[in-house]
Amino acid sequence: EKMAEVDELSKPMFAGLSDVSISRDIPVEGEINVPVGTPSHDDEYSTLDEPVKDTILRDLKAVGKKFVHVMYPKKSSTLLRDWDLWGPLLLCVTLALMLQGGSVDSKEDGGPQFAEVFVIIWFGSVIITLNSKLLGGTISFFQSLCVLGYCIMPLTVAMVVCRLVLLGGSGMVSFIVRLIVVTASFSWSTFASTAFLADSQPSNRKALVVYPVFLFYFVIGWMILTFSPSA
Amino acid sequence: TMASPDDLKFQEFEEATDLLLADPGASTLSMSGSSSTALAGATGDIKLDMSDDEGQEESSELLRGEKQTSGFWTFEYYQSFFNVDTMQVLDRVKGSVMPLPGRNFIKHTLQPSPDLYGPFWICVTLVISLAISGNLSTFPNSLGSAHYHYRPQFHRVTIAAVVIFLYAWLVPLGVWGFLTWRQREERQQSGYSFLETVCVYGYSLFIYIPTSVLWILPFEWLRWLLILVAMVISGSVLVLTFWPVVRDDTKVTAFATVATIVVLHALLSIGCKMYFFQTATPTLNHTAAILTNKTH
Repeated sequence: EKMAEVDELSKPMFAGLSDVSISRDIPVEGEINVPVGTPSHDDEYSTLDEPVKDTILRDLKAVGKKFVHVMYPKKSSTLLRDWDLWGPLLLCVTLALMLQGGSVDSKEDGGPQFAEVFVIIWFGSVIITLNSKLLGGTISFFQSLCVLGYCIMPLTVAMVVCRLVLLGGSGMVSFIVRLIVVTASFSWSTFASTAFLADSQPSNRKALVVYPVFLFYFVIGWMILTFSPSA
Repeated sequence: TMASPDDLKFQEFEEATDLLLADPGASTLSMSGSSSTALAGATGDIKLDMSDDEGQEESSELLRGEKQTSGFWTFEYYQSFFNVDTMQVLDRVKGSVMPLPGRNFIKHTLQPSPDLYGPFWICVTLVISLAISGNLSTFPNSLGSAHYHYRPQFHRVTIAAVVIFLYAWLVPLGVWGFLTWRQREERQQSGYSFLETVCVYGYSLFIYIPTSVLWILPFEWLRWLLILVAMVISGSVLVLTFWPVVRDDTKVTAFATVATIVVLHALLSIGCKMYFFQTATPTLNHTAAILTNKTH
């Protein structure tokens, strides 16, 4: 009985919809897609029912695919559409952990602490995104954060390499090697993120958007280069 | 005696064609709308006349008032401050390092659209270059010392950021406030908006970026020479900008204002040099650096 009552109540609300018809003259095209990270076939079944391994693997695959995209940057709109922030978080935490507590004479003179690196990366990404949107960019806020975060990957790799090089000694040779590695990876990061971001800007403002990105990776590269292990 | 409605009509049409000749792209909707209401009476027509004559001035007034068509809570309001192209920014930077007498930075390069992109990113770059160069400058000093242990001195970045950004916002606020107050007292027409003041101060800081990089070289005489050059260039941009506004005032006020602007600018550059680029003799570097860092 209650179901019938509900049906009775809902009937007047939806009655008018039966009058709506789409004219055959107007072609209705396109996707009505809410851009979420997961592909659309998931809507057919709830992800609560699948084994946890599948859920994790799917997200890991998405993250891994983006890492590959950063390694070989070519324009790809799928990367921008399916944004996620797992990759940037992972990279940021790794980098911050490796960078912290650089040198030890006094707490003040040391290298950046974990929180400082974290804040620089996220705050810097937000500011760059705001900047590009204020200049009239068409990229969305989180897409931009996603791209900037993923393009930190070459610098994280450089950090790992630097730490390994420092294990062997911290003389002039190691400094030159680290300088080359950091410079190469910082250029790679800037180039990769520009490949994704520059398209969304009007052409007479591209340099205005690229410059802050260059500054951002330069600062991160500087922090990596000047890292010296505790005595 | 009132002019006949036909005369009025003909007059408006003439002015409309004049305006159209001046600006072919202008929409004519507003003219036809207002002319129909102006036909109602002479007073309405006179009002329309005056607004036509001052049409150009009014639009420039509006543009100087930053065209606040959206409220400050909308995104578009802030977008209007970033309405610049790459070439415009480069021109403004060039104008800030090459001050020519008689060329007012604001009137020449900034109007009609001052921007916030330049000041903001110049300040950020300046903070970064000060911190990095200050860091690097300790390096040549210590080449002889065996005890040298590299210190990133990361906390200095925070101090640099606070100082530079406070200067770039508070000083223009003070200058603009003072000038606007004097303007009201003396009933002068020309004055700069707050955005333009911030803009000229921001761009004037640009010369300090290459200066701070050159400060790495450990020659004291060179550093003071660089400060002098930078202050002359940057100070003259400011003076050339503010002098035309201030000179109609009493002599004392005019000179005092300009002197204050220059002195504050000098304090900033000397303060930055002393804080970030400490010189110490190489043998005493280690202990001196620790002592000075502890006092900060």
